[in-house]
Amino acid sequence: MNDQLIIGGQEFQSRFILGSGKFSLELVKAVVENGGAEMVTVALRRANLGGEENILDYIPKTITLLPNTSGARTAEEAVRIARLAREMECGNFVKVEVIRDSKYLLPDNYETIKATEILAKEGFIVLPYMYPDLNVARSLVDAGASAVMPLAAPIGSNKGLCTQDFIQILVDEIDLPIIVDAGIGRPSQACQAMEMGVDAIMCNTAIATANNVALMSKAFKQAIEAGRAAYLAGLGRVLNNQAEASSPLIGFLED
Amino acid sequence: MAVNQLNHMEYMAGMEAIDSNIMDKVLNKIADYDYQQFNGQDVKKALEKQQLSIDDYAAILSPAALPYLEVMAQKAILETKKHFGNSVCMFTPLYIANYCENHCVYCGFNCKNKIRRGKLSYEEVEIELRAIAATGLKEILILTGESRLQSGVEYIAETVRLATKYFSTIGIEIYPLNSEEYAYLHQCGADFVSVYQETYNTSKYEQVHVRGPKRIFPYRFHAQERALLGGMRGVSFGALLGLDDYRKDAYAAGLHAYFIQQKYPHAEISFSTPRLRPYINNAENNPNDVHEKQLLQVMLAYRLFMPYAGITISTRERPVFRDHIIGMAATKISAGVRVGVGGHGEEEKGDEQFEISDARSVNEVHQMILNRGLQPVYTDYIRV
Repeated sequence: MNDQLIIGGQEFQSRFILGSGKFSLELVKAVVENGGAEMVTVALRRANLGGEENILDYIPKTITLLPNTSGARTAEEAVRIARLAREMECGNFVKVEVIRDSKYLLPDNYETIKATEILAKEGFIVLPYMYPDLNVARSLVDAGASAVMPLAAPIGSNKGLCTQDFIQILVDEIDLPIIVDAGIGRPSQACQAMEMGVDAIMCNTAIATANNVALMSKAFKQAIEAGRAAYLAGLGRVLNNQAEASSPLIGFLED
Repeated sequence: MAVNQLNHMEYMAGMEAIDSNIMDKVLNKIADYDYQQFNGQDVKKALEKQQLSIDDYAAILSPAALPYLEVMAQKAILETKKHFGNSVCMFTPLYIANYCENHCVYCGFNCKNKIRRGKLSYEEVEIELRAIAATGLKEILILTGESRLQSGVEYIAETVRLATKYFSTIGIEIYPLNSEEYAYLHQCGADFVSVYQETYNTSKYEQVHVRGPKRIFPYRFHAQERALLGGMRGVSFGALLGLDDYRKDAYAAGLHAYFIQQKYPHAEISFSTPRLRPYINNAENNPNDVHEKQLLQVMLAYRLFMPYAGITISTRERPVFRDHIIGMAATKISAGVRVGVGGHGEEEKGDEQFEISDARSVNEVHQMILNRGLQPVYTDYIRV
């Protein structure tokens, strides 16, 4: 079956996007291979071009880089980091991340919209990280985003789909790929999100903090594939704990 | 002594006063802090919580928490992993001058001590910077003794400008400044400011800061806030543990940081944990003594109370302690350290403030981090 994920015109076979910030770099390759990820996020602030432990040296060349603007507190800073990423030949994709809260690391939706608009006009393929809000998602579509990345729970929390209902609204209403970005802690949660019709999952902490990161990335790969297949198959009828009336309720109609 | 007449709670001429109630909040909290009132149950309850309250923090700093250090360490590792993954940042300090105008009874740089004083010329600064950059480091912390006269803001500013040629992350640990001076150094390339209060007990503070501008408690207390008002990205907190009652001082430093983060949510918060080492073979068991066990308790308490804050481990601690604390509580480690003035590229020009216990090179610390299954990080900040 032909079921590719298309973002900014580029086709991906895998719906697993790997975050890289919390790994030991020597493990990145194994995780990419076991998880089958075709796109990996990179915090530009970690890029140490020509220097020691440069994250860019550890990512296989076949992978599409998704540089992020982590560290940006305003739209303006995010735009400048994105431009630097392009100068450093990280490609045209950018994950916009604007955070001005060091405690919860929740995205600033307003600044994110502003940065998305500027960068999309400059030809970037923009994937904004956002708090799942329908109005904001619509504004991001208007601003030229190529996908929308709502958080499932606070980043690094591994709490799963805390914002499930709001993500479902985005899935139902927004005509762009929806990529669940933060908070997924277990493969089963990734699977559940995919069953809901989410287009892809981004994951970092849950794999980086596993005892066997290579095996856990494989588990995520399989969970994401299973969830996608279930979504495409169409979930079976669910009775939601309600009994069915034994005789039809609308049997009184005559003509 | 006639020189000892300055009121330590009153600003001197030229010291900027800002509108802030954080000092009052912290001083009130420590006045009420009676750590003897906590028992094991309080500690256990605190450790079961996902987000510790101020009272929980008070409990885990209390003597009742000492039997729970292992549990605290287990929880701390998880929090550190959750927020920082495997990353351990590396940096080195560069002392550019050791002149000081203050007489602080506990300090090796104090103006009464007959030590070799020195100050690097700009040429010498650049030699040092180049030598440090050659080790691969990208983050530097620039330090001076506290003398506006000998190491003026412009001298520090020029050093910062030179450092931007070689380093992506520049911190300063200098005497407290006014916000516009912080803004100026920020414009020159500095983004992170460390100021340590030494002790939050105002009477003890007065007693040990005999002379000089450092005697003024509130001006030092509000330094982090002025730095943030000047546009700095991150600020570091700490008390010199062992100078006074270390539990109260650690409690105060934690609350100081906590209230600053509430008021300035964007600020990157970090802690350092310098300590006065107890005299070895000291027959008297002083309750203020901070042995490794007490130091560990403080570091774990910082981690559990503010799991998102950075914690730096000093070269004053021995290698084994440093190797174990990274990944558990500490997120940043110094390497290739010289604590005299200069000494990276050329001979030292001035004496040390203190002795270090870990003389390992950048390469050796790098290898140690890898051996512990962690990831050495050279750059974690991008200035745009």
